[in-house]
Amino acid sequence: MRYLPLTDADRKAMLDRIGVAAIDDLFIDVPAESRLDGPIEGLPDHAGEMAVERHMAALARRNMAAGDVPFFLGAGAYRHHVPASVDHLIQRGEFLTAYTPYQPEIAQGTLQVLFEFQTQVARLLGCEVANASMYDGSTACWEAIGMARRITKRHKALLSSGLHPHYVSVARTMAAFTGDELAHRAPTLDGEGDCEELIAALDGDTSCVVVQYPDILGRIDDLSALAERAHAVGALLVAVVTEPVALGAIRAPGEMGADIVVGEGQSLGVGLQFGGPYLGLFATRQKYLRQMPGRLCGETVDAEGKRGFVLTLSTREQHIRREKATSNICTNSGLCALAFSIHLTLLGEKGLRDLAMLNHGRAVQAAGRLAALPGVRLLNDRFFNEFTLILEKDARQVVRDLADRGVLAGVSLGRLYPDEASIAQGLVVAVTETVTDEDIDALVSGLKEVLA
Amino acid sequence: MTINQSGWRPESGADLPVGVSLPATATGNRGLMLEEPLIFEIGSTDRSGVDLADAPPVVSRLGGLERNAAIGLPGLSEQETVRHYTRLSRQNYAIDLGLFPLGSCTMKHNPRLNEKVARLPGFADIHPLQPVATVQGALAVIHELGEWLKALTGMAAVAMSPKAGAHGELCGLLSIRAALEARGDARQVVLVPESAHGTNPATAAFCGYAVENIPATAEGRVDVAALTARLGPDVAAVMITNPNTCGLFERDLRTIADAVHAAGAFVYCDGANFNAIVGRVRPGDLGVDAMHINLHKTFSTPHGGGGPGSGPVVLSEALAPFAPLPFVEKGEDGGFLLVEEENAGEHHGRSFGRMVAFHGQMGMFTRALAYILSHGADGLRQVAGDAVLNANYVLRSLDDLLDAPFGASGPCMHEALFSDADHGRGGLAEGFTTLDIAKGLIDEGYHPMTVYFPLVVHGAMLIEPTETESKAALDQFIVALRSVAERAKAGDPLLKGAPWHAPRRRLDETLAARRPVLTWEKPAAR
Repeated sequence: MRYLPLTDADRKAMLDRIGVAAIDDLFIDVPAESRLDGPIEGLPDHAGEMAVERHMAALARRNMAAGDVPFFLGAGAYRHHVPASVDHLIQRGEFLTAYTPYQPEIAQGTLQVLFEFQTQVARLLGCEVANASMYDGSTACWEAIGMARRITKRHKALLSSGLHPHYVSVARTMAAFTGDELAHRAPTLDGEGDCEELIAALDGDTSCVVVQYPDILGRIDDLSALAERAHAVGALLVAVVTEPVALGAIRAPGEMGADIVVGEGQSLGVGLQFGGPYLGLFATRQKYLRQMPGRLCGETVDAEGKRGFVLTLSTREQHIRREKATSNICTNSGLCALAFSIHLTLLGEKGLRDLAMLNHGRAVQAAGRLAALPGVRLLNDRFFNEFTLILEKDARQVVRDLADRGVLAGVSLGRLYPDEASIAQGLVVAVTETVTDEDIDALVSGLKEVLA
Repeated sequence: MTINQSGWRPESGADLPVGVSLPATATGNRGLMLEEPLIFEIGSTDRSGVDLADAPPVVSRLGGLERNAAIGLPGLSEQETVRHYTRLSRQNYAIDLGLFPLGSCTMKHNPRLNEKVARLPGFADIHPLQPVATVQGALAVIHELGEWLKALTGMAAVAMSPKAGAHGELCGLLSIRAALEARGDARQVVLVPESAHGTNPATAAFCGYAVENIPATAEGRVDVAALTARLGPDVAAVMITNPNTCGLFERDLRTIADAVHAAGAFVYCDGANFNAIVGRVRPGDLGVDAMHINLHKTFSTPHGGGGPGSGPVVLSEALAPFAPLPFVEKGEDGGFLLVEEENAGEHHGRSFGRMVAFHGQMGMFTRALAYILSHGADGLRQVAGDAVLNANYVLRSLDDLLDAPFGASGPCMHEALFSDADHGRGGLAEGFTTLDIAKGLIDEGYHPMTVYFPLVVHGAMLIEPTETESKAALDQFIVALRSVAERAKAGDPLLKGAPWHAPRRRLDETLAARRPVLTWEKPAAR
């Protein structure tokens, strides 16, 4: 078997040194009645590389790959072009097959990348400090709510109706066990965000307000007034960014007064991958550093005075604090953080701004053409690269019908909010730099046909 | 014993004369050991390694929210980018470079076929919210891998969405709490052996439980008498690692599980060490109710310098109804169904809810499935056999020199545990510790073993070679470790300063924590 280097002669020699006759004798502590005496029945035996590849390729062919069709899905996961060098570099064995950098003298590569990543993320989100990543945006969002509770010692979080419904679900699941109180309602299709409503709901029991920016319908709102009013009652503003490319075009939440900014970093470097692995971004103010979950990389010096990097402030973490830790997180998303960091380094500030404006320009073009169709209305006044169309039909069926025609048209609000019949005609459409004029043509003509 | 009986070694050159140190270089580089600045020191905001089409001229819909202030993100050309990260990569130790004996971490070879299949566009380039009819192959992968995990563990159900081991622990404990609440049983306590991974008590506390420690016996296993004595109507669950963190099989787990069940509680098994027993014993046969499986340990998906992991959780019949959403079911027509909030009512109405935005770590599922299919049922059984054989070989090749606290009680499982104690073998010299041995191993070209864990053993050294190491590789490691251990016993002062040959000498972790510098700023701004 190709991954097992021991030969039978090796095994024999090793058993001799150990002083037992057979490998089975090493399992004597497993009670005899539970010990399996051969391979589990009903499962296939080992297979060669070619056979495995063939099996996996056949399964892959049963999926409609985004790159093969006109593609307009977003709603928390975005398709961007990832430069070839990103994937090449993350496949270097020294990155790919390294462990968490617990021995810093021989992990400076990973550690310096994390230090650079933390700086990039903090600057992008407009915050003072960032951690070395979380699992994904949804878990980062929940961790932010928990952090706000620890800081304010209050238990009530106000969730904007524009927050991704899956993020809301994750928070609800966790809150059921932690006793946090979550206030939330589903969005409506009246065009406006709910900043005013959130401001009205703020009170002295509020730990934090959680807003998504741009929100689930693609809307963007100035968060400054909300931040100010939240601070006035001693609450924190948590901002959630699911499309970090937007921050090359629009103001960062941290600049508008958000205290904790979390995000989904998948847009840069990581790819769609059917939802994972992704990359949770987490940034905040310096003064809240010790309440932050997750790993942190810090600068220091070695015994000769040379600059180097280590994991630090681990007294917040589970392997030291055990049941008193700020989070139970251990493994994070190191390799995805590397991909994100490389992609952002390749872009640089100018590249990121250009990419963002290219996305925005393509989205404005597409929105204009789609909104001109009979039976189609554009919800958004302001948007970045994603907007919501209001159709005259149930959008979920429209999406399925278009998929049958080979067009992946967007995410229907029926898929995101199956219980909210009043918004079932909403279709969230994302347009990135990967969308061509021909793709927009295909969506326009397909939609026209399906709505006719 | 010769320095290197198993591998080639160059003739050593003449030593430098006494009092002469290595010459400094103008660049700070030392041959192929290259220093590398930060991107903030070499990049600039107007440089880019990406060519983009011009943005079309449109009327902005950003509505006055334009980001006008500088962001401060440096860019590099493609060549500079490739060179920066390639140079950094060379400052890392990795499995691809050599044996990586971190106990409890299962650093086995990462097959490249896994990387290839995960990148097939049909897997890598599909969106999690595409219509279900367009992702049947992806759902088939999740289902097929889930069936393997159930068969290998002898469990009734599997939750695939947890993102890593600790997230899987959370899934298991939330399932347990949901099951207890469903029968109106509010229990408050989770019992955790004192040798457990730190994630266990952290997870239990997160779920709202009080954590109580259960002691270990002198032979390194859970104290069954102490545990059963503590059981009662307030105990929700017991979290047990099997094989445990001392590298031993908890041979009384079935007895423990029966007692726990009789007391109305559940058994959570930390599956971090499943590699030792895959294909040899099924946790379901031992009475386990929930166990996470680290795909990045047992099933060879890469650790990536600290993630991404993937932590599917297998569940017993009793907990299966409470598993999180979403999950995949095979329909009667052979197609695959995605069970989410909207259709959970008819299929899975008692689920405790959603743990994560989408479907879990798809990119890890494809890799793990390729690995499992490569080994098959026969190969996976051999994996556990060889992993345990390699660990016992290391144990018996070093226990004359280092104290093996539980070595007398029989074979270990997948990892060999040593301490820095004397116990008749002659302890370490005054002032020398386990840390010095670890740092000495770095100079010998190895990543150190896990040190100071488990906490129940003084100066613990936990060595997990895994099954993907050859006998020759183990022999060379044993020679290196013996040499370093002998230097620690002899009090070699040069060992105190190790490592000497790594990209960095020992780093000042106290300084890093006392004065945290977590982001780069221009030196003048500091």
